[in-house]
Amino acid sequence: MKLKLHVWRQKGPNAPGKLETYEANHVSPDQSFLEMLDEVNEVLVKEGKDPIAFDHDCREGICGMCSQIINGMAHGGQDRTTVCQLHMRSFKDGDEIFIEPWKAKAFPIIKDLAVDRGNYDRIIQAGGYTSCHTGGVADGNALLIGKEIADYSMDAAECIGCGACAASCPNSSAMLFASNKVAQLAVLPQGQVEAKRRVVAMLDEATACGFGNCTNHYECQAACPKGINVKFIAKLNREYLKALLP
Amino acid sequence: MILDGKCPTGPIETSWDRHRFDTKLVNPANKRKYKVLVVGTGLAGGAAAAPLGELGYNVEAFCYQDSARRAHSIAAQGGINAAKAYPNDGDSIYRLFYDTIKGGDFRAREADVWRLSQVSNNIIDQCVAQGVPFARDYAGYLDNRSFGGAQVSRTFYARGQTGQQLLLGAYSALSRQVKAGTVKLFVRREMLDLVVVDGVARGITCRNLCTGEIETYWGDAVVLATGGYVNVFYLSTNAMGCSVTATWKAAKKGAYFANPCYTQIHPTCIPQTGEHQSKLTLMSESLRNDGRCWVPKKKEDCEKPAGQIAEEDRDYYLERKYPSFGNLAPRDIASRAAKEQCDDERGVGPGKRGVYLDFKDSINRLGQATIAERYGNLFEMYEKITDENGYKQPMRIYPAPHYSMGGLWVDYNCMSNVPGLFVLGEANFSVHGANRLGASALMQGLADGYFVIPYTVGGYLATVKPGQVKTDHAEFKKSVEDVNADIKKLLSINGKKTPSELHRELGKVMWNNVGMARSKESLTEALKLIPKIREEFWNNVKVTGVGEEFNQQLENAGRLADFLEFGELLAKDALNREESCGGHFRTEHQYDDGEAKRDDENFCYAAAWEFKGAGKEPELHKEPLKFDNVHLAVRSYK
Repeated sequence: MKLKLHVWRQKGPNAPGKLETYEANHVSPDQSFLEMLDEVNEVLVKEGKDPIAFDHDCREGICGMCSQIINGMAHGGQDRTTVCQLHMRSFKDGDEIFIEPWKAKAFPIIKDLAVDRGNYDRIIQAGGYTSCHTGGVADGNALLIGKEIADYSMDAAECIGCGACAASCPNSSAMLFASNKVAQLAVLPQGQVEAKRRVVAMLDEATACGFGNCTNHYECQAACPKGINVKFIAKLNREYLKALLP
Repeated sequence: MILDGKCPTGPIETSWDRHRFDTKLVNPANKRKYKVLVVGTGLAGGAAAAPLGELGYNVEAFCYQDSARRAHSIAAQGGINAAKAYPNDGDSIYRLFYDTIKGGDFRAREADVWRLSQVSNNIIDQCVAQGVPFARDYAGYLDNRSFGGAQVSRTFYARGQTGQQLLLGAYSALSRQVKAGTVKLFVRREMLDLVVVDGVARGITCRNLCTGEIETYWGDAVVLATGGYVNVFYLSTNAMGCSVTATWKAAKKGAYFANPCYTQIHPTCIPQTGEHQSKLTLMSESLRNDGRCWVPKKKEDCEKPAGQIAEEDRDYYLERKYPSFGNLAPRDIASRAAKEQCDDERGVGPGKRGVYLDFKDSINRLGQATIAERYGNLFEMYEKITDENGYKQPMRIYPAPHYSMGGLWVDYNCMSNVPGLFVLGEANFSVHGANRLGASALMQGLADGYFVIPYTVGGYLATVKPGQVKTDHAEFKKSVEDVNADIKKLLSINGKKTPSELHRELGKVMWNNVGMARSKESLTEALKLIPKIREEFWNNVKVTGVGEEFNQQLENAGRLADFLEFGELLAKDALNREESCGGHFRTEHQYDDGEAKRDDENFCYAAAWEFKGAGKEPELHKEPLKFDNVHLAVRSYK
């Protein structure tokens, strides 16, 4: 099939950017979206033009590196799908596709579709861990954890840190991202010891990084390629409240 | 030269404990005077940087991705082995040790594998303490599943995302140290040179992938945890950025590259659909717990939908050939068996390069809900890629390059022959021999990182003065000049072919001649073709843009340049090894039933190659392998 692409091009962090139009003329329905872009880039390179810069790595939906807004939707809007797992069979011949980078002040653009997500790392560095030392820990079965709790913790832990949640939120809020780490650890005995300190530190850091607050739009949940539920934001709020109480 | 792995002697059961006691320590107050560079932040690198920081060393960690959480360890699905023996099914450290040695077709060092098996139990405890949400049963105990090459259930898992959860555990430990100020993190940096001064590793040269700036870093020790090299096949299950660059640059500075021909072809990958394909996707081997592999018995049935092929016309070839291990035969054996069926023209799907993996019986026995709970994400992924529902019709699978057992040669301390250069995880050659068993890569990465390197790096640092060579040394300046010259050369060729076109050409040569089955003829052919592609690359590659910017074409071209040199070494090693073992199958060396035929008399050694210059013959050094605790035997899974 043939497609017309409108792609955000921006030379560098401080350069002005604009949408440029390209044609993709030999698109197979079995191709992934990124493989389609690879082919567009091959043509650009042969013409001596600057290919489109975009982040990608594992191409199997788990590393969280790929990050594009396609027709206004993070990762293209297909349920539980990253850009790299989006396949061209969900488009049809003659479609026009708009491709933009993540849009959030806290994710500054590096080039074209590649952005800097260092602020997500900073939120984790603020407290997204248990402060256990390497070695000298208890046997894995010393503390029993019910299946329901282990499953709940795993549901939260599925986050791949791609940034789609904040990029889709009208407030650029990182609340879903922060909440899944808070929730994952808050329900486990190993994480409960530091639960209060953790939630406060992570939220303070998110604010300092320039992410907004949550006003219940739920765009994050809709955009999340791992289907992470906003119930974890409610959990975060409860944990935050508990932390504020004396 | 005969290499010595410097393994402890005496009873193997106490070898690691004795060695730890004999290893020198660095006084806590002196630790902060030393700086350690860790390249790569996957399971091995992340797990090394965090405890080194905790101990008080100054650590600088580097990764090419935009975050330390994205290394390709994250894609491991099935699980991690440990000898906990929780299911009471006869497991022990000795059995894990034995299975790993046998699974590797008796081509790994005994002492290294013993240590791995011993610390495997600590890994599970450590990860639980970090908050890794392992699967648990209703009573709250850790759950186990079975994996290929073992008759016990020793694999711990977190749904189908074990690698992700373990990596995020290591990443969280690393993040804690970043906050504490003991680890400095440098993301979007690609190591392009190892700086060696008077034969000792002293630092690295990197390219800042955002700005293109060439940066140098000094360290009292350099730890490489930069993963494997199977992207030399172009299509593989590795991430797009995985490359041999860091280890190859180290090899060019004197580190020996060991057993490059030991590559693993994973049996359960989604078959290729067309030329446009950029990578292959693996589905966890754990699927073989409940899925049955088969192909039609008759060639004429191959075009029919699977549902129309009667039960008696199906050939469950793994169960037929290997009745005791059945669908859980080790990876090399399962992959070769799939290839045999397709070579026999009984493959299915596009190009008939596929076999079925059928869940019908398991769904009938356990219900779809149970299967979905065990592998739901894999069925989802399969459907996204193929547009087929694996619950309703059997999946189609085909082997794909997945893992490299070979890597830089290291001694028992994980130190290469270059003093001060340590190599961990997939990047070294140490524990998997000629074939890695499932759920053992995660185990090795975390074992090396959390529980080996914090001791052995200390043992080395205790013998050297801190900060002897810094980045103002002439060798660092020369390294920057060399790296800049290479980049300038790549940008100046301005030929007609893109890096990915040439990479695809290399991949085809490697897959067809140095892939699942190798012969003297095919390897000689590869050794003719690879230098030709390399020559064309240096005369006809087109790399757009400039060096001082975010330039992904330049990154790809640089990685390909290294693959084009390394691929030749891989083929040479395969040609030299006149035997079949594990993932290395020479068609000249097989038994009548098609099983791999080892030659212990002549090849019971690790082949460590010394780089002697591009296009020049590398020099072979041998490390003889001794087996005092297991008997060398024909590996049988029948």
